[in-house]
Amino acid sequence: MPALAISPTNFVLLSAVLFFIGLFGALTRKNAIAVLMCIELMLNAVNINLIAFSRFVTPQLFTGQIFAIFVITVAAAEVGVGLAIIINIYRHRLSVNLDDFDWLKW
Amino acid sequence: MTSIFQVGAFWLISAAIIFTAILVVASKQLVHMVLWLAVCFISIASLYFLLDADYLALVQIMVYAGAVSIMVIFGVMLTQKPDIKECLLFNNQLKLATLVVIVLLALTGGMTYRADWFVSGGTVPADTIAYIGQLLLSKYVIPFEVAAVLLLVALIGAIVLAKEVKPGARSRD
Repeated sequence: MPALAISPTNFVLLSAVLFFIGLFGALTRKNAIAVLMCIELMLNAVNINLIAFSRFVTPQLFTGQIFAIFVITVAAAEVGVGLAIIINIYRHRLSVNLDDFDWLKW
Repeated sequence: MTSIFQVGAFWLISAAIIFTAILVVASKQLVHMVLWLAVCFISIASLYFLLDADYLALVQIMVYAGAVSIMVIFGVMLTQKPDIKECLLFNNQLKLATLVVIVLLALTGGMTYRADWFVSGGTVPADTIAYIGQLLLSKYVIPFEVAAVLLLVALIGAIVLAKEVKPGARSRD
């Protein structure tokens, strides 16, 4: 293998770094919308993985690409419903700080 | 992928993706965060072009860089209070989260580096869109329809959840 060739390892490492940047943000940010954006970053990291394996392992079958299409669909639905929930909570609490959302704590 | 252009493009695009992702996590202003997120999505789309997935790249630009970014911008503007600045960006789990992320990243990176991937030498057909369209309407037709129903349910659910409650209206129960 030439030293400069791009193999699946490079893509998996890239998507791992992107996933953990997103995970760090989702664990530490206080703003609920910021956490939603970090979750989007994590989903994109997963998509990079799926498409890279589709390109390198089964380039004729498109399994990974079709899986990625469904991941994008679910992510779009998740953003819509998540933002609606955050806007609804904001009306009641006048806050989007996740530390203030403690109704279920007892 | 051994051509010098592909290798150079990969490293350039990866650097752009990671740089913009770090800016997304570290931005103070939520609007800046959304803008860097859109740049990150477009860099990921160019990575898909590099991986011969043109349809996915177009979908990425339309759905993520277009629709999702606009929706998040609306969410930011509807929930921002102009008077109170967000004084603290991160919550009190910063150290623990840093530790967990670094340990998990080292573990994943080590395992990935040692793994021996199976690579088939085949190439992607020239017109991917025709193949994906045929597959979606033949082999994957049931997941396709279920995804359509999911989008409809999410649409209706988002409208019901975000609908404004009039102060004078009587409650439903």
